[in-house]
Formats: sequence, C-alpha cells, structure tokens
Amino acid sequence: MENTTPQTIAVGKALDEVIRNDRGRLLAGLISRLGDFQLAEDALQEASISALGHWGRTGIPNSPMAWLMRVALNKGIDRIRASSREDIKAENLSHVAMKYVEDIDPEEIPDERLRLIFACCHPALEEKSRIALTLRTVCGLTTREIAAVFIDVDSTIGQRISRAKTKIKSKGIGFSIPEPEHWDTRLDTVLSTIYLIYTTGYVEQESESRDFCEEALFLVQLLNELNPGDPEIEGAFALMLFTQCRKVARVDSDGASVPVAEQNRQLWNHLQKEQANKLLQNALKRNSPGPFQIKAALADCHMAQPTPDWKQMSFLYHSLWKFEPTPVVALNWAVVLSELGEEQLALDKIETLKGELAEFQPWYAARAHVLTRLGRCEEARAAYAEAIERSQSLANTKFLSTKLRQLESAD
Amino acid sequence: MKYMLLIYNNPSEEPKYGTPEFDSMMSDFFAANEKMKEDGVLVDGEGLQGIETATSLRVKSGKVETMDGPFAETREHLGGYYVLEVPDLDAALKYAALIPSAKFGTIEVRPLMDYSPAA
Repeated sequence: MENTTPQTIAVGKALDEVIRNDRGRLLAGLISRLGDFQLAEDALQEASISALGHWGRTGIPNSPMAWLMRVALNKGIDRIRASSREDIKAENLSHVAMKYVEDIDPEEIPDERLRLIFACCHPALEEKSRIALTLRTVCGLTTREIAAVFIDVDSTIGQRISRAKTKIKSKGIGFSIPEPEHWDTRLDTVLSTIYLIYTTGYVEQESESRDFCEEALFLVQLLNELNPGDPEIEGAFALMLFTQCRKVARVDSDGASVPVAEQNRQLWNHLQKEQANKLLQNALKRNSPGPFQIKAALADCHMAQPTPDWKQMSFLYHSLWKFEPTPVVALNWAVVLSELGEEQLALDKIETLKGELAEFQPWYAARAHVLTRLGRCEEARAAYAEAIERSQSLANTKFLSTKLRQLESAD
Repeated sequence: MKYMLLIYNNPSEEPKYGTPEFDSMMSDFFAANEKMKEDGVLVDGEGLQGIETATSLRVKSGKVETMDGPFAETREHLGGYYVLEVPDLDAALKYAALIPSAKFGTIEVRPLMDYSPAA
C-alpha cells in the first residue's frame, strides 16, 4: 500500500507551484473564454479545490496547467448554465461555446496575459483600481498583500477590486489588444500603472510584505516578452532597472537618503545597470522616442561618471517637455539648470510653479537647494524647514535635516 | 453593446456661427455621422434645441409642477446624443473622439440597459 501523507504533500506542492507560476495565464485564458472576470476567478478557485482531491487519487497529471484549465472551464460553463436557468441575464456569455471541454493540449493554450493587462489597466478605471486589479489578477497577490503596501484595510482593497471587475463588465471594457490607432495611449496607461506600482514599492522601505518593485519588474519584463520590440516598453523596463540598481545605495548607514550623484557606486547593482543600458540602446535604435525612453536616458545621464551629465539632462528635459508639459517636469528641469550654473534662472522658474506645486514636497526641497547654491542662506534655511515639515519619509527628513544643519553651522 | 454618447458643451465656448471654426465643426460633425453610418454602428442621433426651450416637470404629492428651464443650471449643457451599437467601450470611445464637441466640451459615454430575455 502506498503511503498517502507524502502523496498529499506532493499534490499540495504541485498545485501551489502551478498557481504561483501560471495563475495569470490561466485566468487570462478563462476570462477570454468565459467573458467574465469574477466567473473566471471563481471557476479557477473551484478547480483548484477539485485538483487536491483528484490528483491525490490519480496522481499529478502530466500538465497540471492544462488540467486546471479544462476543469475550470467546465466549472465555469456549469455556472453559466445554472445562472441562465435561474437569473435571466446571460447575454454577455452568449458568445461562449457552451460545450464541455474534453481535453486540452497544453501546447495550444495561448498566452492571453497581454489582453488581461490591457483590460486591467484600462483608462476608464481609476488609477488605484488599475494597480490593485493588475496585482491581483496578473501577479496573483492576495488582497491582504496589496493592502499591506497601500496601508489600507484588507476589505477596502477587496471592495475596490470587486468594483473594478463589475465596472469592466458594466462599462463593456473589452478583453482585447487595442487597435493600432489607440496603441500608444493605451500602452502609456499600462506602463504608467506598472511604473506607479514600482514607485509605490520604492518609497515603501522597511516592509515584510510583497515587494512591489519586484512585481513591477516582473510585469514590465512580461510585457516585453509578450510584445517584443516596443521602444516604450523597453524604455520603461530600462528606467525601472536603472532605479532598481541603486536601491541599496540610496540610503546611508544613518538611514538618510543619498542623492544619486553622491551615492557609493560600489553599491550599485552593475548587472542590472548593464541590462538597463542594453534595453535603452535597443529602444533608441528604433528611432521612435517616447517619455519612458527619455526618462530612462535621464536616469542614465544622472548616473554618469565622474559627475552627472547635466548638460545632456537639460536637453533631455527639453524633449520630455514636448511629451509631458507638466509642472513636475518643469521643476526637475529647473534643478538641472541650477547645476549648470543658471541658479537665478532656475529660481525664477521654480517660483512660477509655486501655485501648481503648493502641495508637492519636492518643490520645497528644490527651492531650498537652489537658494543654498545662490548663497541666500537665510531664505534657504526657511525653505528647508518647510520641506522637512512636508516630508513623508524618514530618510528624506534625515537628509534635509543634515542639509539644514550644514547651513546653520556655516555661519 | 449599445452605448449612448451624450454631448455636453458650454455654449460660450462653442465656435460662433459664420466663423471658419464653425464651418469646420459642421464638416467634422458630418464626417463623424458618415463614418458611424458607413461602419453600420449608428442606431440613432439627434441634436437638441437650447436649454432656454426646456421645460422641467415633477410630480409632488400628486400635483404636477412644471418649471421653465432645464433640470439643473450647469455650465455645460446637454446638446445632443448618439446611440451606437458597437462591440465594446473602446469602440464607443473611438467614435466619441470623432465628435467635434469633444474638443471644447465633454462626451459622456454610457452603456444602455439591456432588457433582452435570457437566451
């Protein structure tokens, strides 16, 4: 007789593994066939439960993914049949072939995650919903893991995700890849969403929860595999890698943030930096500039040795301005100008942005920095105090406080 | 799915009659209309007369109250609508962007309720 305990453990492990690696792909396939997010998720959940029983009796199938896809699809069809008897509304599901699936060749399961990503990041959904839905469905994070990073209540995130799924259905957001004429703007929404996931993870420093930076890198890498040769995807990927490679160096031993130009280069992850450089070079060869490529190039110039290439950065901000004429871009550009010796011009520019950036902490820090360079110490001290007051991270507060102390001891 | 495209705009920001901007708005409306017909998505569409022609009605405690004027005084007025039959939101948004009023007003895109019985 076989011993059942090890068998049960093996089944649990196999199931965990396929769910961890292939959940996004399974869900994408199910949504595209069943036409409904919630139904697909419920069906996959049910199929996972049956897998534990079945695989325990008959052994782990050759392709666990194909098994789950087949069983989940049939469970989903069962539910549609049941609901069309009971509660009338099945019009969205009329396109589903209502035939049970006998067999699925794992080689023939198309990877439909690109469509899934475009649906989750549709501009008709709110920004935070896009983030939560993408992390939940494409990356497979639990609502608890998402809530931990957003410092939100579990149930709030759960509600947000379920509202987003309802909206996809009620607004009629399609499960498809955008047409060429919409490609650029829709891709920009996708990339901005992924980049927001990245930056959310980047400011979150000491956390035991899932690392959003890793999830964002996973997503952009996936996007690059599913849709190779797109310069903006490569640009966004490069930008995140340039930032990621400095992750350890960005904070010193006292926990204060360190500006890029003053970081210990030894601490940079040179493999990531090299990969970023390659991606950026490939993107630029395609001769179709876009905001993410420019931002990646800016990150690259900022890390130049022995000092940042401020001049090139100023040119790049000029190009970025054409794509994104926003006050934040203007502010960053002004800081670069001050590094080029145009402090007065920079300060004038910064002052004109006050109205638009009154709530934006970096505006106060930038102003303090430029005032310091101009030698207007008293005003700089007041500006640093204002920046510290608005700082939202401890590392940033520590850095600004050091600057303020240096100013005070200078006179 | 059927969608209604509700055209809202602020009359003071519309191109004035007789200007070249007005002419190009007219030809853009015409082109949008033609495109919708040609693609076989246009179900219905009308322009509305100004809000000064509106009458609003309510029944309060069994009594009909009529009021001269629109339901709500807003800066952007409902000026017309289209009803389209298209596969999904993206397709509806594509046609909404063709409506020239989108340049100076807002096009609200909303799916219609579907009352068809179960298959």
